[in-house]
Amino acid sequence: MARLSMVEAINAALREKMAADDRVVILGEDVGVDGGVFRATVGLLDQFGPWRVIDTPLAENCIVGSAVGMAISGLRPVAEIQFEGFMFKGFDHIYSHASRMLRRSQGVYNVPLVVRAPYGAGVRALEHHSDAPEALFCHVPGLKVVIPSTPYDAKGLLISSIEDPDPVIFLEPKRLYRLFKEEVPDGEYRVPLGEARIVREGNDLSIITYGGMVSVCERAAQHLSEEGVDVEIVDLRTVWPFDAEAITSSVSKTGRATIVHEAPRSFGVGAEIAATIAERWGLSLLAPIKRVTGYDVIPPLAKLEEYNYPTADRVIRAVHETMQF
Amino acid sequence: MDVNKMKEMIGFMDPEGRVDEEVFKGIPEELIHRMYRLMIFTRLCNNKALSLQRQGRVGTLASVRGQEAANVGVGLAMEPGDWFLPSFREYGAQFARGVKAIDLFTYWSGDERGIKPPENSRVLPICITVGSHLCHAVGIAMQARIRDEKIAVLSSSGDGSTSQGDFHEALNFAAVYKLPVVFAIQNNGWAISVPFGKQTATETISQKAAAYDIDGARVDGNDVFAVYLTVKRLLDAARNDHRPALIELVTYRMDDHTTADDASRYRKREEVEAWIEKDPIDRLRKFLSRKYGWDEKKEEELQAALTQEVEETVAAFEAESPPEPTDIFNYMYSEEPWHIREQRDEVKRTVGESSR
Repeated sequence: MARLSMVEAINAALREKMAADDRVVILGEDVGVDGGVFRATVGLLDQFGPWRVIDTPLAENCIVGSAVGMAISGLRPVAEIQFEGFMFKGFDHIYSHASRMLRRSQGVYNVPLVVRAPYGAGVRALEHHSDAPEALFCHVPGLKVVIPSTPYDAKGLLISSIEDPDPVIFLEPKRLYRLFKEEVPDGEYRVPLGEARIVREGNDLSIITYGGMVSVCERAAQHLSEEGVDVEIVDLRTVWPFDAEAITSSVSKTGRATIVHEAPRSFGVGAEIAATIAERWGLSLLAPIKRVTGYDVIPPLAKLEEYNYPTADRVIRAVHETMQF
Repeated sequence: MDVNKMKEMIGFMDPEGRVDEEVFKGIPEELIHRMYRLMIFTRLCNNKALSLQRQGRVGTLASVRGQEAANVGVGLAMEPGDWFLPSFREYGAQFARGVKAIDLFTYWSGDERGIKPPENSRVLPICITVGSHLCHAVGIAMQARIRDEKIAVLSSSGDGSTSQGDFHEALNFAAVYKLPVVFAIQNNGWAISVPFGKQTATETISQKAAAYDIDGARVDGNDVFAVYLTVKRLLDAARNDHRPALIELVTYRMDDHTTADDASRYRKREEVEAWIEKDPIDRLRKFLSRKYGWDEKKEEELQAALTQEVEETVAAFEAESPPEPTDIFNYMYSEEPWHIREQRDEVKRTVGESSR
């Protein structure tokens, strides 16, 4: 047991899976000698050599495309895309091939591929370095989308993703990479895909969120509890297919729901969560569902980014409005 | 790296079926008969499918007529342990690697069960998005290097695919990592309506190999011996010495792009007729009669036997039970998640209701 940051926990997950299973290989830009621009793969080249920690030419399309080929032929590749904003050059291989090969081969070839990428805003980054594109991946039939919110979950979810027989998009909130450390067990453990975590129990209102927004919601909930509003927080962890059971059982208890994500609002993950609640529990709600999200804008640069992604204040305001309905 | 050499057309058999005896030694008679049989079988299947399409018994398909030598030569040059990633106009190569003709008819009819490759065949489903599978071939070849497996990987695609970023990225990766992969390009002159001259400014496709520092070769794609021997040589170099290669097979698409296309909109009849004169099957037949006394009687017997095989295949295909409506949920995930299960149940329920 050691206290690890999220990026260290991701490194530990990769190291342990690679040691345990020689089918696991890493490929991407600067993942080898440099250890990744966020150091997620630091030290792995020395331990596993250049055929398992592969520095690639600068071509995201072929990074994902070749990883699909590796996965089809029996490896368990973990492809790193340096920033989420560069995933779209590889999107064709995710959308047209990784997600379809099992079906297109009628079960002969599965694609046990993980595509990892640093994700989201909050680190005052450049253009194309602060996006939240998870809904685009969630909308692709055949994919799973995972976004951790803690170092412990990051390690356990990444191990589960690598072991999963199908393609997993694993998005790592940059703002959490080094935000805090927590106790992370040595050795392999699994956080199962498709299971949400109840971050905090409460009876008045359910906040459904994930990734970088979980800690924002925790701060809001702390403040609200001082006012006497008892908030429950559900961290999806697997954004899709999400844990519909956990969402509906929380909302059936509280009768109120606020959904928080940093991605653009319209057609976002929040819309799917709201529809799921409405279809299963709509008539029992005590107040309309509210979404606190990034706006439908291109992620702004540093000076304005705090006006786009949800803050604790915005979450508190939304909860007030819902409670007062 | 001699670019001029890469541009030279390799051919071992002239249009009259005369061969270079020295080069030709490497091909046993039995294999030649197999080539001929497969080329004719491919054409008969193809023509039968076109006829069924006109009758509405199968859907849209891409005719391979004219490319049988380039197809079959590639297909037979591979070893069973080699991986094959075909494009959508590769029936002859697919047959050579064990794909069953009945599956093609099933697939053309709009039944996805027909796309399933034979188990353990190391053959992938055809790639529809042009050129994508060149990157997949690179990944499989990387796998072979990582596991130190002595195999080669072959992707086959058309001249249009060489304009895609995938082509350039795949060749670059293959060169950087010295991968055991051969990229075969069926240059049939046309990418739907766009002629080769508008696809690229280079005189040949093969010369593009020089830019990546890999082996390049240009072959008369209607000469099955040249195709077979050159692909085999390049696959051997890939397998044994980790030498990636690009090979251009110069051939011609005699029919429309697909049954949904009308090639008379963009190309002249004379051009097509000139290529029909260079029919790869006729050329091999001339060789056979020159060398092995192949006569009309043998030809008729073979045609009759293969025609019967195709007819039996079609009869078996048409006797297949239709797919189940809930098959649309099959193979979405290895383990079915809740939302697919719910939607499968919905179809089960509603189709059940509508039939009551």
